[in-house]
Amino acid sequence: MSDEVDNSRRRFLTAGTVVVGAVGTAAVAVPFLKSWNPSARAKTAGAPVQADIGKLEPGQQIIVKWRGKPVWVVRRDQKALETLPRVVDELRDPGSDDSIQPDYAKNEYRSRNPEYLIIEGICTHLGCSPSYRPEITTDFQGGFFCPCHGSKFDFAGRVYQGVPAPTNLTVPPYYFISDSVILIGEDGVA
Amino acid sequence: MSEKDTGTGFLGWIDARFPLTKMYEEHLSKYYAPKNFNFWYFFGSLALFVLILQIVTGIFLTMHYKPDGDMAFSSVEYIMRDVDWGWLIRYLHSTGSSAFFIVVYLHMFRALIYGSYQKPRELIWIFGMFIFVALMAEAFMGYLLPWGQMSYWGAQVIISLFGAIPVVGDDLTLWIRGDFVVSDATLNRFFALHVVAVPLVLLMLVVMHILALHEVGSNNPDGVEIKKNKDENGIPLDGIPFHPYYTVKDILGLVVFLILFSVVVFFMPEMGGYFLEHANFVPADQFKTPEHIAPVWYFTPYYAILRAIPDKLLGVIAMFAAIIVLFLLPWIDRGKVKSVRYRSTTFKWLLVVLVISFLGLGYLGALPATETRTIFARLFSIGYFGFFLGLWWISKNENTRPVPARVQ
Repeated sequence: MSDEVDNSRRRFLTAGTVVVGAVGTAAVAVPFLKSWNPSARAKTAGAPVQADIGKLEPGQQIIVKWRGKPVWVVRRDQKALETLPRVVDELRDPGSDDSIQPDYAKNEYRSRNPEYLIIEGICTHLGCSPSYRPEITTDFQGGFFCPCHGSKFDFAGRVYQGVPAPTNLTVPPYYFISDSVILIGEDGVA
Repeated sequence: MSEKDTGTGFLGWIDARFPLTKMYEEHLSKYYAPKNFNFWYFFGSLALFVLILQIVTGIFLTMHYKPDGDMAFSSVEYIMRDVDWGWLIRYLHSTGSSAFFIVVYLHMFRALIYGSYQKPRELIWIFGMFIFVALMAEAFMGYLLPWGQMSYWGAQVIISLFGAIPVVGDDLTLWIRGDFVVSDATLNRFFALHVVAVPLVLLMLVVMHILALHEVGSNNPDGVEIKKNKDENGIPLDGIPFHPYYTVKDILGLVVFLILFSVVVFFMPEMGGYFLEHANFVPADQFKTPEHIAPVWYFTPYYAILRAIPDKLLGVIAMFAAIIVLFLLPWIDRGKVKSVRYRSTTFKWLLVVLVISFLGLGYLGALPATETRTIFARLFSIGYFGFFLGLWWISKNENTRPVPARVQ
């Protein structure tokens, strides 16, 4: 055995040890990072929920909890529906092209049935919950207003221009089980 | 055992095994600080004091607090009403967090006016900035724990900021919250981070901050290096030992601080809704956002910058840029003269612009946005960033006054 140090062999072994150690450390980090994902229990709580809309009067809003989020069900009256075509020029995304909704809600009313708006009550800006403003005035054609940063939405949850929210409010998947019961969280059969 | 030349007796026995006397001399009795420190130099030691206060009061709060979505709010009320002296421990902790930011902002401003971030103290400044960021994280996560309306919606808004990051944003916010909205899972992990993880990081950074400071030596109001003029024993001519001179001086500062601190703790712990916000006395309700939502005062300047920009991603970028630009300060300032005493009039005006902008943003960030206020918030945002741009611009060929060779 030679007394001389084989430096290139030593460098190779050092580098090899470092690389293997780094890969091992990274692998060990995975369980810790993944432990932050929503737990199985939190995901189960995301199951679809039923809502009875039979007693909803025109103009009324109810709030249903789905995945911990507020989901609004608004029964729009005729006056509210008439505002929708009027405000199109003031909207950022009137066609809902950049917004999130199921295909069956990608229309002017953003709903399956024009009378009922089912929409997530979470502002697309920073997650506050806007408030329902059904009064139609000359300043504001009615809809929803976010108190946090002043974002405004029309009666279909479409965002106005010049406010911080980037897109329309999100429409969750839902379908009508009957005329008076909806299921939020599933598309159902079209 | 190797033979070391140490003293006799108990201390000698220790010193042969642990560098006690060596550390005491290096950092206290033979650490020579410039003799001309003024009141601006109180805030470093005060920050250290508040850190210890927060750790001690925090430990005692965890003995009664419950990090659980159903129990958190009532356990805080329990501390306030039923635990012996619980109200005092909690008010010390809540007032301590605001005091921490007051002291740290003044400490940073001191570095700004006397050029304490300039070469060779860049790393002291960088470590200090990391302390500032860790402190903001600590304060933000701690504010969720009382589980009031402002805790809840404040966290919802701030976590949603990360949703502005393209592509990964939504998954990232889901990962941070551990649920589809801020929930018990979020509260529990924020508790762990607030109580264990971030304090450990803070303590480590504070040690690095002080080690870096003692390596290069303290700056002073004249911005001259005292190490350039030493006596025959190698002791700076304008230096005095930190202990006893500055320990005694800092105790005076501490006494004044404690008088003011006690007035707040005992007579106005809520500080008119600025230290403890009114909406936070209502339990968290995930279906109802408070009418007016604002962060605690120490975050309002950055919040005002966020709101001033009518685009989600750009607003978030501007807000983070307001912090990042501070990290770069040692390289933005290209000047050689440290202290404001010998810098140009333009520099002084820039400082005025910065102070007005920062205070103005802080004021506006606490109020609901209106059109006029948004215009002012934009002006102040320009003023804030304008300081750094202006400093970079003027510092290359600044019209400075001659700097004295020794401390005046």
